[in-house]
Amino acid sequence: MNPQVLIAIALLPLAAAVVAGLLGQRIGRVGAHSVAIAGVAISCLLSLQVLRQIYWQGVPTFDAPIYTWLVSDGIPMQVGFLIDRLSALMMVVVTFVSLCVHVYTVGYMRDDPGYQRFFSYISLFTFSMLMLVMANNFMQLFFGWEAVGLVSYLLIGFWYTRPSAIAANLKAFLVNRVGDFGFVLGIAGVLYYSGSLHYSEAFSAAPHMATQMLPLSAATSVPALTLICICLFIGAMGKSAQVPLHVWLPDSMEGPTPISALIHAATMVTAGIFMVARMSPLFEYSDTALSFVLVIGATTAFFMGLLGVVNNDIKRVIAYSTLSQLGYMTVALGVSAYSAAIFHLMTHAFFKALLFLAAGSVIIGMHHEQDMRKMGGLAKYMPITAVTSWIGALALIGTPFFSGFYSKDTIIEAVGASHRWGAGYAYFCVLAGVFVTALYTFRMLFMTFHGPERFRDVAHHDGEHADEPGRAAGHQDAAARSDPHESPAVITVPLIALAIPSVVIGFMTIGTVLYGGYFGASIRVLEKNAVMSELAREFHGPVDFALRGFLTPTFILALAGVFAAWLYFLRRPQLAAAAARRWSSLRSLLLNKYYFDWFNEKILVPGALLLGRGLWHGGDQTVIDGGFVDGTAATIGRAGRLMRRVQSGYLYAYAFWMIIGLAVLLGWFLNKTR
Amino acid sequence: MITLGNVLALSGILFALAVAGVFINRKNVILLLMCVELLLLAANFNFIAFARYLGDIGGQVFVFFVLTVAAAESAIGLAILVVLFRERRTINVEDLDTLKG
Repeated sequence: MNPQVLIAIALLPLAAAVVAGLLGQRIGRVGAHSVAIAGVAISCLLSLQVLRQIYWQGVPTFDAPIYTWLVSDGIPMQVGFLIDRLSALMMVVVTFVSLCVHVYTVGYMRDDPGYQRFFSYISLFTFSMLMLVMANNFMQLFFGWEAVGLVSYLLIGFWYTRPSAIAANLKAFLVNRVGDFGFVLGIAGVLYYSGSLHYSEAFSAAPHMATQMLPLSAATSVPALTLICICLFIGAMGKSAQVPLHVWLPDSMEGPTPISALIHAATMVTAGIFMVARMSPLFEYSDTALSFVLVIGATTAFFMGLLGVVNNDIKRVIAYSTLSQLGYMTVALGVSAYSAAIFHLMTHAFFKALLFLAAGSVIIGMHHEQDMRKMGGLAKYMPITAVTSWIGALALIGTPFFSGFYSKDTIIEAVGASHRWGAGYAYFCVLAGVFVTALYTFRMLFMTFHGPERFRDVAHHDGEHADEPGRAAGHQDAAARSDPHESPAVITVPLIALAIPSVVIGFMTIGTVLYGGYFGASIRVLEKNAVMSELAREFHGPVDFALRGFLTPTFILALAGVFAAWLYFLRRPQLAAAAARRWSSLRSLLLNKYYFDWFNEKILVPGALLLGRGLWHGGDQTVIDGGFVDGTAATIGRAGRLMRRVQSGYLYAYAFWMIIGLAVLLGWFLNKTR
Repeated sequence: MITLGNVLALSGILFALAVAGVFINRKNVILLLMCVELLLLAANFNFIAFARYLGDIGGQVFVFFVLTVAAAESAIGLAILVVLFRERRTINVEDLDTLKG
């Protein structure tokens, strides 16, 4: 494989970002979006070409350094690419979704004053994400990891005049720091035990690392590999928003909708999933770490999905859905079904980006209203958006033959087949999650596109949901009373482009990706953990799999969820109100998001502040400043004040001291010589 | 008969008087200079006594040197004193404390 091509794939979006960012004013709006779209489009085409070479033409895996940044203590820090089937697939997903989002942004951000800046950011994001997935060493992985975090921060706070956006991006950044702390520790552990930052060398050292013990104190020690894997996974928990580090993702919806689709649904948040799959040769040797992954993922999958049922903000509902689906992927990782996790990552990238972009289309059509209580009956006004949303929703809840069905059912079956500690709990969570998913998804669909038309009842722009600044002003007076309208082609074309893979990608690729040994050596699964090969024995093609899907409890649960949503939110809304009254304590628990934010704000943050103040006043001001820095000066000053009494200035005093000194010296001298 | 001990005792007394003069005198810088001279003379006295006692002429020669230096020193000291008086209009020891830290 030609390394020039790989460099071009990664650097074209960066070049586009630089041009759009630095020369944005000179080349204008059209120039900025042309450059950015061209960069990502070429990158996408080249990625497809790479995938074709890797898979169909059987070109061997590319694993080589491109550039040595520095060598420290014999450890080279390099930029290098590892292009195998896993990274080639990720590159295609990233660039394709990114391309759709780029095109969509042309319509969505049309009137925004920060148009060029936005294109610069999303191109920069594409570059960072490509660096992350193409890395062949931990150093570059960490670079990409932090770079996507930075761009996420910049984009959540894109409308930087809004206090809520600034609070949200700060929150995202801080919560990710917690995860990254673990991640860095994990990387340090890998380096310590394997002596290398390169994937291939670290992975070949994994069986050896599995036997090492890390002493914590004289008496206790923990298996080193388990600790390393858990540390790495803590990084993934931050980036992929797993409980309890999930709190930033719902708030990140403050950013523009294309960003929610690209970064906070399709690509960046799946970096954690990708990373764990990439590290499968390490994780495979630690059952404890995998059980930890499994339990965290299962908890996220079920409990975060529940939150989507009570939320009224259309974007936040989808955000909670993303959390829940990320939980599914994590569960798949936990039962060693890495390929199923990546498969779900891929299908999810398509249908979740679709749902987000459709939500963005609704938001534009509703003149920047995000509250679903003020929508309803939109299907009549926005047919393309409604149909594509339906497709996305059907894929999300796992309707047989849709892409989401293949990936999600595989995960559920893999959990069922697994014997890992925690698999029973996880199986319950993922099954219950299916019902919840169907419930919130169709609640959202029904409240938005069907039922009574509520948008005429209430005045828009009541200030509760602050509008996107700069865009609202132009629309407000002219559009406040007008009906919702279908979005322009730059918005609907990406919707259609994403709807097609949302339907067919699962059907087309399940045979190869999951059961055709697609990943080959990219993912290592030990014999005892091989749930996927167990499932493979029962797999007889995608049609048979889908037909059997109609008979599984999963499908019945999904159907029950849809029915419940139809009954409670479309047919008899008064039932929902009655249920809300009856289960008011549960409802308030959900509305308060399990009090995670409350805990963070009331206990964690004040605790940290208290600790910080204590260290500041006690440690820094008293001990270091008072004791060491000022203390030295003060001691010398005191000594000086004492000594200056001797310096009276009178001649006779000096004479006296001289004579005393002479007497002492003489006395000493005579004593010595005697 | 004057013994070495008597001479040394005289020299010691002279020295002690001079030291006491330096300390006790709080008024006049000239007195201080005189006391310093006395200190030197006490030392010279010792030189002469030992030169005589040991029959070594070197001690007496040394006294001449000391006397010369002392003369020069008092000349300079008096000159400084004159300048000091012009500057400060006083030679009172109590007022001369510009060395104070």
